[in-house]
Order: sequence, then structure tokens, then C-alpha cells
Amino acid sequence: MEEKEFTIIAFSENSIGLLNRLTIIFTRRHLNIESLTVSESAIQGIFKFTIVVFSTRTLIEKVVKQIEKVVDVLKAFYLSSDEIIHQEIALYKVPTEALLASDELEMLIRKHNARILEVTPDYTAIEKTGHKAETQQLFDDMQKFQVMQFTRSGRVAITRASRERLSEYLKKLDTEKMMVERD
Amino acid sequence: MKTKRVSGSEAVILSLLAEGVDTIFGYPGGAIMPVYDLLYNYQDKIRHILTRHEQGAAHAAQGYARVSGKVGVCMVTSGPGATNLTTGLADAMLDSTPIICISGQVTSPLLGSDAFQETDVIGFSMPLTKWNVQITRAEEIPVMLARAFFIATTGRPGPVMVDITKDAQFAEFDFAYEKCRDVRSYVPRPVLRMEYVEKAAQLINNAKKPMALVGQGVILSGAEKLLLEFIEKAQIPAAWTLLGASAMPTDHPLNVGMLGMHGNYGPNIKTNECDLLIGLGMRFDDRVTGSLDTYGKNAKVVHFEIDPAEVDKNVKTDVAVIADIKEIFQAIIPLVKKASHEEWLNQFKNAYQFEYEKVIKNDILPEKEGLTMGEVIRLINEKMDGEAICVTDVGQHQMIASRYFKFRHTRSLVTSGGLGTMGFGLPAAFGAQTGRPDKTVVLIVGDGGLQMTIQELGTIAQNKAPVKIVLMNNNFLGMVRQWQQLFFDRRYSFTELTNPDFITIAKGFGIDGGKVETRDKLKDSVEKMFAHKGPYLLEVVVEKEDNVFPMVPSGASVSDIRLE
Repeated sequence: MEEKEFTIIAFSENSIGLLNRLTIIFTRRHLNIESLTVSESAIQGIFKFTIVVFSTRTLIEKVVKQIEKVVDVLKAFYLSSDEIIHQEIALYKVPTEALLASDELEMLIRKHNARILEVTPDYTAIEKTGHKAETQQLFDDMQKFQVMQFTRSGRVAITRASRERLSEYLKKLDTEKMMVERD
Repeated sequence: MKTKRVSGSEAVILSLLAEGVDTIFGYPGGAIMPVYDLLYNYQDKIRHILTRHEQGAAHAAQGYARVSGKVGVCMVTSGPGATNLTTGLADAMLDSTPIICISGQVTSPLLGSDAFQETDVIGFSMPLTKWNVQITRAEEIPVMLARAFFIATTGRPGPVMVDITKDAQFAEFDFAYEKCRDVRSYVPRPVLRMEYVEKAAQLINNAKKPMALVGQGVILSGAEKLLLEFIEKAQIPAAWTLLGASAMPTDHPLNVGMLGMHGNYGPNIKTNECDLLIGLGMRFDDRVTGSLDTYGKNAKVVHFEIDPAEVDKNVKTDVAVIADIKEIFQAIIPLVKKASHEEWLNQFKNAYQFEYEKVIKNDILPEKEGLTMGEVIRLINEKMDGEAICVTDVGQHQMIASRYFKFRHTRSLVTSGGLGTMGFGLPAAFGAQTGRPDKTVVLIVGDGGLQMTIQELGTIAQNKAPVKIVLMNNNFLGMVRQWQQLFFDRRYSFTELTNPDFITIAKGFGIDGGKVETRDKLKDSVEKMFAHKGPYLLEVVVEKEDNVFPMVPSGASVSDIRLE
């Protein structure tokens, strides 16, 4: 089966070690994580993992089930690229003299819809938000100005579906969850 | 809620008592000493059993849990104490055994400083546990232990590791205990979806050649009676996985034997002839399925399973019902039509006859000179008639024991299935005897595996646990040797053992024993063992190079099962 890019989104409690519990699921299956972002979700106290992986749909389905099986995970699902709107943020540091020498760098910043965050006598910090290919393109185009530093974030993504899956799930959990009496 | 001012250590014990724990398997050491100090005061309420190695404590807890249906508890110190549990955790994880391991940890200010006997318990136990937690404040002890018990015992059970820093054991707080009944992010009992039950019933009612695959889920759910009701109503032949053994009695007319690599001929070849496979609380392990490419190729697949991650993991299902199997049986039995499948059932009988002539007869009633493991099991059956609990180690004797041991009652086979842990047997047998003191516990063990945890003879002797240890000694790592013979040109690379005098070793531990090498003395030796009060080691010198058949070679299709 064909390997494709998938974005896995998981919602979890904020517990120590959970990140490790999730990444070992990938390690164990010899899967490489392309990008990983973790932060608090729209619901306070619930954290959202966004994990980008290249793999087959069959394997991703199994991985997502294993993620959801983790006790502290509320819900996990996977999406292909056409089902999400996603962005990454990139920061670049270039020598300020490149900005002063000609208007070439300025044109580049305009063309790429990037923005300048800070200018000092030594360096200029630039920010660009977009898909990986776009932030990469700007980096490639700026290479001739001797980029001093370049960094890119992990992916953040929202789904194209009209409803929020997590709130739907939490609602279901409330109405359906059965208390288990062990005694 | 009424509270009581106690130390963290006392809170550990009070929490265990609140969960009904009366037995702990453990080994003390620096970082858990505060709890051990308190255990001294609670000897009348909690029996602590000192094993000879922490691995022994973990396997004993597993054996205890498997036969009793209760949670097995072990307690160890930090560092090596905790790391020695890893094999037991991994074993319990694969075999869904509810155990709780409590480890001491260095004081919290020292965490991460490479302090004496510090190890990253949470890190290393993560892939080996259903859940784990580190406690650094005494106040967290009752809450987290309550959660540990809830998680270990509900849903698909599994091991839980609780690591408690020494300062949390010393600190005092106002203790109150409340059992955990819900964890927001955890769904122990998925809600039964009736539409899938109906679809499954339809497939079952339309099937001409159905076969049920009985897994440990049936036992864990306590659904043994409902299983019989289900298969009897629709007259479905039922085969079992290694861990599903004893879920139904050996003599039941619909019990068609064991599945998988060394299972029975009938259920293996019929897997590829049947038109419906019904997985019941099992996980289509590769030792059961053989090659997946050809597995059940004429069959639709129905899967009843509590763990959603097992559905479609190995075998693609046509209908899956995700819920506790007890609830599934209750829902589906009224929808299943009475059927007979007489001709189909006869095919299993014929397959058994065929296997009996080709394999079983020579195993249990051999005519050749050397003793066979099969005849030893036959003699045990003649004596115990299905009343004993069988515990095994891993290897040839394990397969022979599970093939031939007679079961009348559920939870009667304790074996390391998923992990295949050599050394499991002896401590697990001790744990099983502790969990069921009313039962005769027979350990079937090989000469290789016995030596991996032989120190636990000391635990057995100290506690006077009357375990009957049957050592099948072929002076070889028999199963590996069998593979070397069949698949590696008889190159017996490092599988032959020069063994000690096991009887003398047992005597050294204060355990009586006897050695038998000839058939004429075998029956008497077995009877002598059972007549003996207290633990006993019977060493049976078996044929050096016997093989276990039938066999589905690794990676082959189940229908390519070899009889010789």
C-alpha cells in the first residue's frame, strides 16, 4: 500500500510522561515522526497533539487505535492532507547588511508574504507562516544572503469538517459511559 | 469522609486493604523500607511473601491473579528491584493479567540525579504497562492507588506500575480512601452496539460451517457458562487459543481442541474450510493464525472483543462487536437460531481420529523405549481427572501440557502465552498455589526454564506450598533444538545442557523429590508425588530428541500443518 502523509490528532489529559507514551507507539513500529506539536486545546485542561507521519493508511489506522488505547488519551483520529487546513511557522535570521545592500531581500519578503519581526545593526529576524514547502522556498531563496539561523515549528492543523470532533466525543462519553462496579 | 492522620507508607497498606488485598509478593530494599516497616504491623491482615528475586515476585503475582481472578500485587525497591520486574510486566501486558507493582523510588529532590539505586521506572515501564504513575507526595497515594486498581482490573486487564518516592512514604497526611469508578479519558466497557450484534447473529445463523475461537477474554469476563450456552444453541465447534484453555471443559462435545502452531489438526485445517470464524475474546495472534495471507480464506470473520485496538489488527473482520464478551453473549444468544451442523462436527471428529492415530497415540501411549512428555501428562490426568491446576513454563513441555492436560474447571491453565517467558513456571506455580490453596497445582517445567528461576524453590519451601513440580528433563533446550532439527539442518547450536542433579538441589532447599527414567516406574512415581504432603519435585528423564507435533511451521498457512 502507498505511503502518504497523515496528520494524527490526539486529545489527552495533561499528565507527566504522556508524550513518551505516545512516541513509543511510533518507535515500536519503526515509524518516523515528521513533525510534532503539543499545546492546550480549545478545552481547558485538555491537550492536543498534532503528529505528522508518512505511512500507509492501514498502519496509521492501527497506530491511532493504539494511541486511543492509552489511558490518558481522550480521543485520537487521523486525517489525510486534503481533510485539514494546516500551517507551520518559520523564523529566519539574516545579516541586516543584506537588507541595506539592495532591495532584493525586501522584494523577497514581500513576495513570500513574510514579515520582519526585529531589526538590529547585526541581524534582521523574519517570520513566515505557511506550508513546509513555502517556508522552505523562502529559506532557499534567502540562502544567498547567508541565513544565520533558521527554524521551523511543527504543524498545527484544524479539520475541514464542520463539527469539532472532540466536543462531539465528550458529549457522547457523557451520555454513554457506563460506570463499572467492580465489587 | 472520615480521615486518619497516617504516613504515606501506612496509606499504601490501608489502600491495599481497602481494595481487598490480602497477599503481596515482594522483596524489600532501601527505597521501599518505610512501607516494609509498616507491613510489619499489619502481618495479621496482609500476608507478605518474600520471593528470592523480583522477577519471581512478578510471575507469582501473575500466577495468583490468573487462577483467582483477583489482582496480583508485588512490591519492590527502586533501581534493580524495579528493573527485575520488567519481564513480569511485559508478560502480564501481553497476557492481559491484572497485576499492580509498587516500587520504592529515591526521595523526590534526588530524582534525575543518578542517586544510588535510582532508575527511570516510569520511562522503562511505559511500554510494558497499561498505565503507570510516579507519586512524589503522600496525598496522592490513595487517589493513585485507587486509580491503579481500577485501571488494572477493568476493560482489558493489564499490569500497572506505581512508583513512590521515599519522601512520599515518610510524609504524613490525612488519609481517606475512595475507590475509583471513572477515569474521564478511559473507557473500560465500550457500549454494546445492538446493530452489530444483529449483523453477527445473521452471519452465524446463515453459516454452514462456523467455528468459534475461544480466547482468554471469555475467562477474564467470567463468561464461561454463556460461552457454552452460545455454542450449544447453534452447535458451533469451538477451538481455543493457548490462553483460552480451560474456558470450556476438555470433554465438552463441542470442544474441538487447541488452535495454532502446536494445536490440534482439526481446528487448524478447518480454519481454511470453514465459512465463518467467530473470534471470542482473542486477538488473532500470529501463533494462532500462521500466515495471514491464507488465513481463513473461505470464511467471513466475526470478532467479539473488548479492546478496539485488536479489531482488524491482524485479521480483517466482517462484523466486529466491541464490548465485554459477557454482554455480547447475553445480547446474541436470544438472536442465534438453534442449529445442528452435524456433518461439519463429524469432520472434526474424523480429524481428531486422524491426529490420534498419527500423533496423539504415540505421545500418550508410546511403544518406543524412551519416556515421552505426553505419557506423563496422561498419567497425571488419570490421577487428577481434570481437578488440578496446570502451570507450565515455556517450550516443548508447555505445548504437550496444553495439548493433553485435562481441564474440568476454568482458570486451570497458567502459562506464558504472548511473551513466552522461560522461567515463568516455577514462580507462577507458587503464585497459583497461593491464590488457590484448595487446589492441587501441578507445574510442568523443562530443564532449561527451571534453571532460570530455580531460586524460587526457596520461596516454595519457606511457605510450604505443596506445588507438584514435574520436570520434563531432556537435557536440551527442546523447542529450540526441534527448530534446529527441522529448519537449521540439525545444527544444535548451544542447546544441549549439562544439568545439575535436580533432586539434590531440591533436597538442598528442603523439598522432597524423585527421579524416574523408565516406564515401569513412571506410574508409581506420579502417584508417589501426589500422595506426598507438601512440595515435591518429580524429575522425568524423557526422550532426548522428541519433537512436538502437529506443527504449523513459522510463516506457513495453518492448513499446511505438519504431523511429522
